[in-house]
Amino acid sequence: MSILLDESTRVLVQGITGSMARFHTREMLNYGTNVVAGVVPGKGGETVEGVPVFDTVAEAVARTEAQASLVFVPPPFAADGIMEAARSGIRYCVCVTDGIPAQDMIMVKRYMYRFPKESRMMLTGPNCAGTISPGKAMLGIMPGHIYKPGNVGIVGRSGTLGYEAADQLKQLGIGVSTSVGIGGDPINGASFTDVLMHFEEDDDTDIVCLIGEIGGPQEAEAAEFIRDHVSKPVVAYVAGLTAPKGKTMGHAGAIISAFGESASEKVEILSEAGVIVADHPSEVGETIARALAA
Amino acid sequence: MDIHEYQAKELLHQFGVENPPGALAYSPEQAAYRTRELGGNKWVVKAQVHAGGRGKAGGVKICSTDSEIQAACKEMFGRKIVTHQTGPEGKGIYRVYVECAVPIAAEYYLGLVLDRSSQRVMIVCSREGGMEIEEIAASRPDSIVRESVEPAVGLRDFQCREIGFKLGLEADVIQSFVKALMGCYRAFRDLDATMVEINPLVLTEDRRILALDAKMTFDDNALFRHPQISELRDKSQEDPRECRAADRGLSYVGLEGNIGCIVNGAGLAMATMDTIKHAGGEPANFLDIGGGATPDRVAKAFRLVMSDENVNAVLVNIFAGINRCDWVADGVVQALTDNPASVPVVVRLSGTNVEEGRKILEDSGLPIIKATTLKEAAALTVQAWKDSVKPQMTAPAREVEEPA
Repeated sequence: MSILLDESTRVLVQGITGSMARFHTREMLNYGTNVVAGVVPGKGGETVEGVPVFDTVAEAVARTEAQASLVFVPPPFAADGIMEAARSGIRYCVCVTDGIPAQDMIMVKRYMYRFPKESRMMLTGPNCAGTISPGKAMLGIMPGHIYKPGNVGIVGRSGTLGYEAADQLKQLGIGVSTSVGIGGDPINGASFTDVLMHFEEDDDTDIVCLIGEIGGPQEAEAAEFIRDHVSKPVVAYVAGLTAPKGKTMGHAGAIISAFGESASEKVEILSEAGVIVADHPSEVGETIARALAA
Repeated sequence: MDIHEYQAKELLHQFGVENPPGALAYSPEQAAYRTRELGGNKWVVKAQVHAGGRGKAGGVKICSTDSEIQAACKEMFGRKIVTHQTGPEGKGIYRVYVECAVPIAAEYYLGLVLDRSSQRVMIVCSREGGMEIEEIAASRPDSIVRESVEPAVGLRDFQCREIGFKLGLEADVIQSFVKALMGCYRAFRDLDATMVEINPLVLTEDRRILALDAKMTFDDNALFRHPQISELRDKSQEDPRECRAADRGLSYVGLEGNIGCIVNGAGLAMATMDTIKHAGGEPANFLDIGGGATPDRVAKAFRLVMSDENVNAVLVNIFAGINRCDWVADGVVQALTDNPASVPVVVRLSGTNVEEGRKILEDSGLPIIKATTLKEAAALTVQAWKDSVKPQMTAPAREVEEPA
């Protein structure tokens, strides 16, 4: 088992005709992902890499029974695309778009919560690399070959730092059950806590690797959840020990603006909750190996 | 994006937030002239810089004559103001705002922020106006009133009234307070702000509610739909290196150290800085070249980092997913061929097309130090920096020895 995504998940790509989306659709298909549809308003009837394109998400879902969506739509229109997916019966949505206005995301989240819990869509991102269940399927822009199938669940805000962790694990012969990017934006979809809940319930995940960074309350909220509700060991790394206060470090959400948002404070909060913290990004793999052996 | 106080006041005024009469000036003479136009007999001269804490740093002066205004301005213009928010290099004063002084009965703090925990707009108020919100939170946390805004319906009048009464305002001024708070909220919502701060919001002796200071920050991601806000950008208030980087589509933050970093991905860039620190060095910058970086963009990033005089060594760390190692290698070779580096350069490539990338570096014949892991790369860079500065470090020591 894995979480959120496997080889049977029927995937649709919103914005599939863009050059980046085309490239990554091909990569996903090559990886074994069950891509069943694309959506671009006004381009219904075309095909991309053999995948049929529809005008609306509703039509794509009706015709192909798509369950998960990958949103490649440009920033001004991305929020609209996510809401369209939420309304059309998509259960899981990954948005890779970087640069969506924060207030658009507030509306997206408000809109998603209009739906009853049992039919509510889960969103990861925006501004993330996506989700991969190694050996089964991927929904995003990551290089699939650096992931080995296995029993470590990865959840992180940074895409490339997630690659770094997966690569270190592979070098040590350790694999990944699912790796989930939650993105670097200040207002995002699923939180660390939401993803940790899934990993806790997943029989194939024995240990969780959490990759945080400066800014926002999510690491502290995750620490509280881990302390009270997670029985599996959690290894964490928090990027940005040398980041100055009040400066945005690349990700719109990576800015220390309040108490408890610096890397050292987050490390302390996570450690207090029983999380094993690697104090060095190069030691994430080894720390997980030690925790697995213990 | 930040804007000046006078710009924030103008914008907020359009949304019904009242403020004292004032005028902008680019020279002491202009300030004196415009003060006469304003009338009155007491004014406040305020340095226009993108930073809080101006008062304590000499950026706010109360004046009652023409000559006092000119003297205050002469002291401010061209000077750099250093506050806890500017960093040690400070921010230059090129504009001042002259405002009519008003008799104050009470001061309040009013702030609107994007609250990441509730993922909503949050209103934060206190009757302890004039102090920084951090100070209020530390010394008078009980005085803070918070109210979150339901996104679908927006802020309602009753919420504003509740806040006003909690602040201890009396019935005759509640309506003016509601108007001011509602104006701030509408400006926040309609202009895609991420922060609006009125500190202090005052009750005057003649029972008016006025914004005496105003600060607004806007969501860079939403500027595409607010060209009139983009126009308010003042590059003189930004770090020149960060400014140049932004114009080239690179995400850059200048720091105090001497090891230049070129990385893809914000998280990996921060992790690279951490690793340099761990290895005994200090990063000179944060730099994310982003996804799908072309050789040209990499070369630009390289030139930008090398243009920082403090840089004594450069570390290029790439974990290519959506990027390509061969393009990055091409960019590095291109930059180093055009401008041979005077400092050591360490390159670590991993991920997509890594073999091609390594071959390009090898074939170039350039003196590039290669690394395979992040840890090794950081250690090699710090070592190369220490080796390269050794002769200069011993030089002054010899001079001291000789006279002895």
